[in-house]
Amino acid sequence: MRIYRVSGSVVEAEDARGVEMHEIVLVGSEQLVGEVIRINEDHAFIQVYEDTYGLRPGENITPTGHPLSLELGPGLLGTIYDGVQRPLTVLNEKEGELIRRGVSASPLDRNKKWHFIPLLKTGQDIKGGEVLGTVPETDIISHRVLIAPDTKGKLSWVADEGEYALEEAVAKINGEKPIYMYHTWPVREPRPYAQRLEADQPLITGQRVIDALFPMAKGGSAIIPGGFGTGKTVVQHQLAKWADADVVVYVGCGERGNEMTEVLRDFPKLKDPRSGKPLMMRTVLIANTSNMPVAAREASIYTGITIAEYFRDMGYSVALMADSTSRWAEALREISGRLEEMPGEEGYPPYLASRLAEFYERAGRVKTLSGSEGSVTVVGAVSPMGGDFSEPVTQNSLRFVQVFWGLDKDLADRRHFPSINWITSYSQYIHMVENWWVNNVAKDWPALVKETFRLLQAENELESLVRLVGIDALPEDQKLMLLIARMIREGFLQQNAFNDIDTYSSPKKQYLLLKAMIDFYNSSKEVIEKKIPEAKIEDLPIIGEINRARFTYSDEAQLEDLVKRAASAPKSILGEID
Amino acid sequence: MSKDPAMQLRGNVSYATVTQISGPLIFVSGIKGVGYDELVQVKAGNRHSMGRVLDVSKEVAVIEVFKGTTGLSLGETSVEFLGRGLEVGVSQDILGRVFDGIGAPADGKPEPFVKEKRDINGSPINPTAREYPSEFIETGISAIDGMDSLVRGQKLPIFSGAGLPHNALAAQIVRQAKLLNSSESFAVVFVAIGITHDEAMYFRKSFEESGALANTSMVLNLADSPPVERITAPRVGLTMAEYLAFEEAMHVLVVMTDMTNYCNALREISSSRGEIPARKGYPGYMYTDLASIYERAGKIIGKKGSITLLPILTMPNDDISHPIPDLTGYITEGQIVLDRGLYRKGIYPPVDIALSLSRLMKDGVGKGFTREDHMDLSNQLYASYARMKEVRSLEMVVGEEGLSEKDKMYLKFGEFFEQNFLNQRENQDRSIEQTLDLGWQALSVLPEDELTRVSKEEIKTYMKKS
Ligand SMILES: Nc1ncnc2c1ncn2[C@@H]1O[C@H](COP(=O)(O)OP(=O)(O)O)[C@@H](O)[C@H]1O
Ligand SMILES: [Mg+2]
Repeated sequence: MRIYRVSGSVVEAEDARGVEMHEIVLVGSEQLVGEVIRINEDHAFIQVYEDTYGLRPGENITPTGHPLSLELGPGLLGTIYDGVQRPLTVLNEKEGELIRRGVSASPLDRNKKWHFIPLLKTGQDIKGGEVLGTVPETDIISHRVLIAPDTKGKLSWVADEGEYALEEAVAKINGEKPIYMYHTWPVREPRPYAQRLEADQPLITGQRVIDALFPMAKGGSAIIPGGFGTGKTVVQHQLAKWADADVVVYVGCGERGNEMTEVLRDFPKLKDPRSGKPLMMRTVLIANTSNMPVAAREASIYTGITIAEYFRDMGYSVALMADSTSRWAEALREISGRLEEMPGEEGYPPYLASRLAEFYERAGRVKTLSGSEGSVTVVGAVSPMGGDFSEPVTQNSLRFVQVFWGLDKDLADRRHFPSINWITSYSQYIHMVENWWVNNVAKDWPALVKETFRLLQAENELESLVRLVGIDALPEDQKLMLLIARMIREGFLQQNAFNDIDTYSSPKKQYLLLKAMIDFYNSSKEVIEKKIPEAKIEDLPIIGEINRARFTYSDEAQLEDLVKRAASAPKSILGEID
Repeated sequence: MSKDPAMQLRGNVSYATVTQISGPLIFVSGIKGVGYDELVQVKAGNRHSMGRVLDVSKEVAVIEVFKGTTGLSLGETSVEFLGRGLEVGVSQDILGRVFDGIGAPADGKPEPFVKEKRDINGSPINPTAREYPSEFIETGISAIDGMDSLVRGQKLPIFSGAGLPHNALAAQIVRQAKLLNSSESFAVVFVAIGITHDEAMYFRKSFEESGALANTSMVLNLADSPPVERITAPRVGLTMAEYLAFEEAMHVLVVMTDMTNYCNALREISSSRGEIPARKGYPGYMYTDLASIYERAGKIIGKKGSITLLPILTMPNDDISHPIPDLTGYITEGQIVLDRGLYRKGIYPPVDIALSLSRLMKDGVGKGFTREDHMDLSNQLYASYARMKEVRSLEMVVGEEGLSEKDKMYLKFGEFFEQNFLNQRENQDRSIEQTLDLGWQALSVLPEDELTRVSKEEIKTYMKKS
């Protein structure tokens, strides 16, 4: 097989008979890694994961016989990889600060010793997906050593508890096949599971507008579209920091280098609110930034989701953030253009929708092959051109996800963050996760949420009227609704990611904040019914206190006290008047 | 691309087999051993130009000719493949010099001393090697320092419109940026892309007046220079900046103007190749292409210098959703947006703060950097200014009589903010304290209950009732 043509990241090969679709090949004298993405008679089209400058027609291409695969085993957590699982820290140590091509490094450290504790015994029949043993990979995550899904047989030997490196076998099947603490799996093939389960557990994110109004479920999928600067990345970072998933996979797909640097700087220092350990211990990072090769960007989200599925198969809840799926779609478009395929809308290939479907279908809560429960939650950022949601990536994604967090340019311009638009966004999980709140937080949670939606909706409808006639023309009860809606916006929906207290709200805090506002509303209503003007209510100093509570109070007792005072404050006006 | 041994063996071969000419592209057939992205020398009579291989197959190479194809003909054009990419020579001696869009001296002086040759495309920085930028740069301009602070290693573009004072603003930033006053060494790389001689002269004069000229390297592709060299000019400039920052430990400020001309050159080449465009004729890879320029800004762990990037672009029709500003905003770490309405009101710099943003501000300001109240104050100013704008549009409907007392306070706040905070002279250099104090003074017009983004303690400490 030889190079016939080079165009950008795509190489066309001649004499390519026998090469397989999605096979990895090594291109040219520097053996650049590429993947076969189309075969046409004896020509093969290869997307190359490294820069192609200097490649010449006539140079050799070597087939490898393998599809693009990952190494899955202890050592993934806390590591940062590029889109095709090259360990970036190792590359930096080996080659310096610039990413050069033709450099390879093993994704998992082969020599590091891990403490292996066997769970299965010699003589047992095993099948794919079973847990052979465990390795305490980090202080938070115990790595369950899985039998590769496509392997089965009788265990003829299992290693004793002890320290082993990845290159040492820890078991044997049928007297011959060695089993290691890691196995490989092709990225484009979803890992198998036993059964799909309903997504009825909330993924608590500590972000109020999300948890209260547009909740995510473990195993669910969401998109977060928004123009530049509307807050996609900050929301994704917040989810990666605070979501109550066991493992987080963060894919920086075609975005800024510094945003990955920021994660690398912050996560080792930030503490997981549940375990108190550094967040990095539960995190895997994939960074294929905008200036890194485009074909590897295309692969990066598959790399991310395969790692997520792998931890799911251990029985963990995993959350995957992809920032941004639009850059992935653009990579697809660029490669499709080089292949001179018939373009669909805005130049995207016609198979964009099916690729998106395949990706989001890999989210889900499942019973694993070994019988435990695991989930992969997927949140994809979308960067629509000109902030226009009618474009193909947003529209096609919407067909396959259950949650839509639409970011709003006007809100962002007013520095209302997160700028999730509460009128257009939705979550199909809202009723499914309600039980969790009722059982774990408060019985009246659903009622509070319902009232919150009602007030925000009312405000939205009244707004145009106010613009025409001015607020003074409204009846007192409607003025009050507007006041409370504004409090909800200021004091609940807005959340400053960079304020130490505000950045994360426990479910209880979320409940108490809403409760303070709605109780305040209800008792104000009673006061107004006694013909007291709404302006009197507006003058109450407790309003400022409630609005600031999100970043002044972290203590539940303070908040409980605030709730009490919020309910009684309006009545004090009656006292004055009597 | 460094010199490829196989290509050197091949030697430089010359071909006279141009079979097609289309826009800035020529197609050469019957070639052998030509590398992708390789540099070429194109000759026709006594016309010489460099070019670059955009696509190569066993039979044909597609070449982008930097000086354009005017005057080339099928029979008389010969093409020589050079076996390397476009390189520039770098050393300290590039400072104080002027170059053209492919890095050749353009000031009539001899080639500067070459310490090393570097391919203009550079290589991506490993994200694990980056140092997160967080050192505040005081520009002396309140709109920027107070609301959208710039930090060392940031890429922060100015989104402007035809006729707005973006050049004055950029020149003022270069003049006043406190990079200059610190003991560390600094340099300026100025890249002109398709702008007029007058504009380039304006910058030159401004650098001269501030004494920065000797530390400035200018890469000029002017309006009458070959459009294809607009593609190489920013890369030439950044290659120089990388050398100065990461080898010579200098803090380099790179000004590039006008990136709109760059994008239009990209569009022209793409359409000559018959590529399928994404939006408004711009190629689908424009995002990636721009990122390969902008991502070269930054800081690297263990290296002293930095590259701070200040690109300027003019938004066609003042439209921020046009693909050029749009894709730029998706890549850069914020944007300073100039507004025609404020400009007409006589406000300089006419910065539309609602649309402007500095994504790196949060890490560069506050206690230990500027002042502890900086972030909260700027959040409050944003929120209050946004509310003020709502009041202004309400006033248009109901008239001033229809406004409440509170509404009227907001109008007063808006007036003060625009006239005294945003507005300053082109040579006025405000300290960060002055800027922040002006911000508090603007807020003092409003009732304290309205200020929910700042804490009670901050109000007590910093608000001086006027
Ligand atoms: N929750 C938040 N709290 C405070 N500031 C925010 C928040 N979300 C966004 N921002 C501000 O908006 C800027 C842009 O957000 P970012 O997530 O980077 O936008 P996008 O990824 O959509 O371009 C941030 O740099 C920050 O200044
Ligand atoms: Mg982003």
